[in-house]
Amino acid sequence: MSTLVYINSRNGLSKGDFEAVTYAKKLGGDITVVTCGGESNDSLARLGEYGASKVLVDRSVTSNDSQQIANVVTTAAQTTGANTIVFSHDLVAKAVAPRVSVKLIAGLVPGAIDVPNGDTVKVNVFSGKAYGFVKINTDKKIISLLPNSLQPEASGSACGVEEFDGQAGDPRIKVLNVKKPEGDIPLPEAELVVSGGRGLKGPENWGIIEDLAKELGAATACSRPVADVGWRPHHEHVGQTGVAIRPNLYIAAGISGAIQHLAGVNGSKVIVVINTDPEAPFFKAADYGVIGDAFEVLPRLTEAVKKFHASN
Amino acid sequence: MLNSHSILQKNSSMNILVCISKSPDTTSKIAFTDGNTKFNENGVQYIVNPYDEWYALVRALELKEANGGNVTIVTVGEASDEAVIRKALAIGADEAVRIDAAPVDAYFTATQIAAYAKDKGFDLILTGKETIDYNGSQVGGMIAAEMDLPFISLASKLDVSGSTATADMEIVGGIEEVQVELPAVISCAKGMAEQRIPNMRGIMAARTKPLNVVSPVDASNYTAFESYALPEAKSACKMIDPENMDELVSLLHNEAKVI
Repeated sequence: MSTLVYINSRNGLSKGDFEAVTYAKKLGGDITVVTCGGESNDSLARLGEYGASKVLVDRSVTSNDSQQIANVVTTAAQTTGANTIVFSHDLVAKAVAPRVSVKLIAGLVPGAIDVPNGDTVKVNVFSGKAYGFVKINTDKKIISLLPNSLQPEASGSACGVEEFDGQAGDPRIKVLNVKKPEGDIPLPEAELVVSGGRGLKGPENWGIIEDLAKELGAATACSRPVADVGWRPHHEHVGQTGVAIRPNLYIAAGISGAIQHLAGVNGSKVIVVINTDPEAPFFKAADYGVIGDAFEVLPRLTEAVKKFHASN
Repeated sequence: MLNSHSILQKNSSMNILVCISKSPDTTSKIAFTDGNTKFNENGVQYIVNPYDEWYALVRALELKEANGGNVTIVTVGEASDEAVIRKALAIGADEAVRIDAAPVDAYFTATQIAAYAKDKGFDLILTGKETIDYNGSQVGGMIAAEMDLPFISLASKLDVSGSTATADMEIVGGIEEVQVELPAVISCAKGMAEQRIPNMRGIMAARTKPLNVVSPVDASNYTAFESYALPEAKSACKMIDPENMDELVSLLHNEAKVI
């Protein structure tokens, strides 16, 4: 049994990468990690702590061209004889994993949320409203792990890092410009999220959302109507047609909780809802509810968090 | 002279394929039958998957309106899916193709579309970023792999000039502005276009637009859904006094253990 894990190390290593290696360790067998780009050997060697026995790095690939990365992953899978390939189900994996699936004739399970039971893997379906159990029919298997589905576990020591020629081929996608998001914490990876809806009444009132987010170290988000009228950028829209997130804590202020919004957040571990309307449907999906005016409750909550941080 | 004119026209006009899928209406009740092995379609209204419709199809129509050309929609599905296809035609697609098979998994679906598209000379093949039922985000990348085409995933902006497409592609930690020579496969996400509501003229016109039914090719399925489950019901929401946010913070720390 041999497992290959692809990680995207272009912006350094993230929690999702450690989760993917931890997941591979739970499958058993030998683990090789393959990656592209310029991350230092010292940094990549840390993946050994989570269970990798070595890291292969192809430094010739300098972009997120899914075709090149898929070639490198395929070559690594053939070199190592891997029967399972694990991805962290991030934006780049969503482009790369399907290509590898076709090239290797390996069934792909996108968005796994648990370790397999035999050949069957649990996933979220219907935008988190249900679970599905997917059987992989092929000999080689690809599992793309939904971030925040398990805790990374470090127990081993650093591993070796080897330069690798993954026969990437020429890039066919030319990168003209890279734009970083405005917020400090990218929303899909955030563990804590503070979100506002139409109840906030206007973009000029977002300071109370941002203050609480800053105090918690959380990312900010919004509901669809707020993004549609341009109060907040589209990349902050969580819901059925925006971003689906599954943070540890989701605090929603002034959001009624339409079913389309819930579809984007119902994977959250804990949901706090603040709304003036006791009949707001969101309370049915919440763990903690506060019936009150966001303009009063949010600053009070920010102060309470401040006090908590000062005493801990 | 006439000849060179027609070549020019060919270079600027676009032949676009938009892959659409049906999905249950966003307000559908999610339930299962047959010992939790099948989605319960009882009372479920099917719509065009929003990502396919709002972003891929509408952007294809805008590109056609700007450059001239033709927009074909393709779906892998059974005869009962034709209502959904007519809806996409009513929004403005020129013609539709239904590959006559029940879609089994993403690989099966992608193989059908790639087999259909391979000799049709499409400049652009657009998909939505995922369907809202199975949320797989796989078909676009698989079509690209089968046709050996470049793939821009999760594009939130798309422009075409001559035979070059420029797009904003969502990546880990930001957005890359990228350029690719056509033909290419592009999956479309929020930001690319605004939803269009079909008007009466569009709905009438859709009735007579060509809808070609083609036979599927042989393809295996790599994966299969064996069963489904519904999440356990949430325990009742604990209400907190709006004056007492210290209590909420304490519960989040001691009980929920999230801060």
